Amino acid sequence: MSQLVKEPKQKSFFTTLAESPSTNEFLKGIWKDNPIFVQVLGMCPVLAVTNTAENALAMGFATTFVLMMSNILVSLLRNVIPKEVRIASYILIIATFVTMTDYAIQAISVDLHKSLGAFISLIVVNCLILSRAEAFASKNTVIPSILDGLGMGLGFVLALFSLGAVRELLGNGSILGFSIFSANFQEWIVMILPAGGFFTLALWLLLFNILKERRNHG
Amino acid sequence: MDESLWYIFINASLISNFVLAYFLGICPFLGVSGKLDTASKMGGAVTFVMLISSMCAYGINTLLVAIDAPFLQLISYIVVIASTVQLVEMFVKKMSPALFRALGIFLPLITTNCAILGLALFQTNKGYGFLQSLVYALGAGIGFTLALVLMAGIRQQLDFASPPKVVKGTVITLLIAGILSLSFMGFSGLGG
Amino acid sequence: MSTVATKPQTQSSKMIQVMGGLGALCALLIVLTYEGTAERIAHLKDEALQQAVVYVLPGSTSTVEFYIDADHHISTEWTENAVPVFAGYDDAGQLIGVAIEAAGRGYADVIKVLYGYDPVKEQIIGFYVLESKETPGLGDKIEKDPSFLENFAELDVSISSSGSLNNAVVTVKHGEKKNPWEIDGITGATISSRAIGVMLNASTNEWLAVIQKNLSVIQNQGK
Repeated sequence: MSQLVKEPKQKSFFTTLAESPSTNEFLKGIWKDNPIFVQVLGMCPVLAVTNTAENALAMGFATTFVLMMSNILVSLLRNVIPKEVRIASYILIIATFVTMTDYAIQAISVDLHKSLGAFISLIVVNCLILSRAEAFASKNTVIPSILDGLGMGLGFVLALFSLGAVRELLGNGSILGFSIFSANFQEWIVMILPAGGFFTLALWLLLFNILKERRNHG
Repeated sequence: MDESLWYIFINASLISNFVLAYFLGICPFLGVSGKLDTASKMGGAVTFVMLISSMCAYGINTLLVAIDAPFLQLISYIVVIASTVQLVEMFVKKMSPALFRALGIFLPLITTNCAILGLALFQTNKGYGFLQSLVYALGAGIGFTLALVLMAGIRQQLDFASPPKVVKGTVITLLIAGILSLSFMGFSGLGG
Repeated sequence: MSTVATKPQTQSSKMIQVMGGLGALCALLIVLTYEGTAERIAHLKDEALQQAVVYVLPGSTSTVEFYIDADHHISTEWTENAVPVFAGYDDAGQLIGVAIEAAGRGYADVIKVLYGYDPVKEQIIGFYVLESKETPGLGDKIEKDPSFLENFAELDVSISSSGSLNNAVVTVKHGEKKNPWEIDGITGATISSRAIGVMLNASTNEWLAVIQKNLSVIQNQGK
């Protein structure tokens, strides 16, 4: 009994880390407030570019970069920007980083840029980025904003990848281009069609709902 | 390769439906498709903004090509769209406060509606002329409205059914959208 | 309430200053990125096009871009509204063929292709899909299906003295190809494969005569 009481006093390194606010800023985006599965924000790219896992990852990291950079700049300028023009300023900042990302991706691989198409430019209108700028970065200092951006971004990557992987696996029989099944595998073409995007996302959300339901009852 | 106006219209509204084939404008599609009435008004507002921003985008692009500054494309498009939405918002607020309340948060959200920016970018990529751009915008807007209204109709029926609790809301809407998307595939080939 | 009352409205001059400053900062960032990447992007795009040209003209090792102007003159100088074609040469500078772009309406959206034309054998000797949004798994077989792509190893596009094709290029049902100018279609991708036939027919009718007429210009460039 006495041992049990004592124990909480000496917190392990991991408990301390897990309870510190900065870890929370980082982790909330990945699981508790996952932008796709929990907040259902920024859906367009999620469905459009997740027909292969590679596209999904590229899109995810591009979004993470924009999210982090815009969070940094918004947070730095939070006391300078008058509240009347804040949304316009955020959009300007986001559009700038998206244009930069667009050119960077072209410089890395023309093929990748071609398969993502206009959806890189469309990161601008991803509600997730604007909502993080407005709800978090404009009220917090730089370090938490970076962590918030990184966490939300990685949560976004995770969600995109879990969609892309399922769709590519079933629709093409491969993951990241590596064949998984034998040559006899009959591809589920519907999975790489637009409809497959809707179905896969619906099923992932269903899974999350069931887990939530279980926790609430258990 | 000349594309007839009719083909552009059919392509934008049915074959490559912005919502069901390109996944543009999913947020309002999921958010405002609960009631038939709101859905059709939202569709009208989006179509109107699309027409205006399509014209602006055409003008801007001509200007940007003339001064050879393609890197300003995205930033100027988004600024123009944001201001157009502001104008429409003020206009609706003044003319029809009831409609303004009904559209609520989604009117300013048209700014971050990917369908509008997507339209501006696609028409530039495809190299459409002025008239072609307008027809493209009209087709896209009508296609968007069609998807929204269809969805709202189905969801209103759904209110009388009782799906399991875990699929209520987003999940069932997405499943229906998937089925709608499959059925819209039947339109492809119309132009060929 | 009190906070609202004590907080003064931001002056418009300040708003303009902030937006102006922000605009300048953003413009600077964008221009720097553009300048930094422009050269590499141009290089990569060039390389990709080069690869496509070499792919449709098997055996070629170097390529030269030509432009066909409105009066059907071919030169290496670009003029307003000129149409680009790409000539491929082997190591000895011998002309292998000319790569031409064609576009047409497919099942879903416009399909763009590049095909290689051998002016001596008067055949299409290579084919590559540049851009297509055809249905994955069905229509996109025009890019991948090996038996369909075999059609373009030696497709007859000989022209008569009047400049039009002797036999129109046409896509036939799968397994019914009898003549060297017919394209063996794909089952399950009828419209997409037929679209390829239509666009090749239109494009060859338009450009082959021009290329034959200016053949010496193109041949000499390799030497």
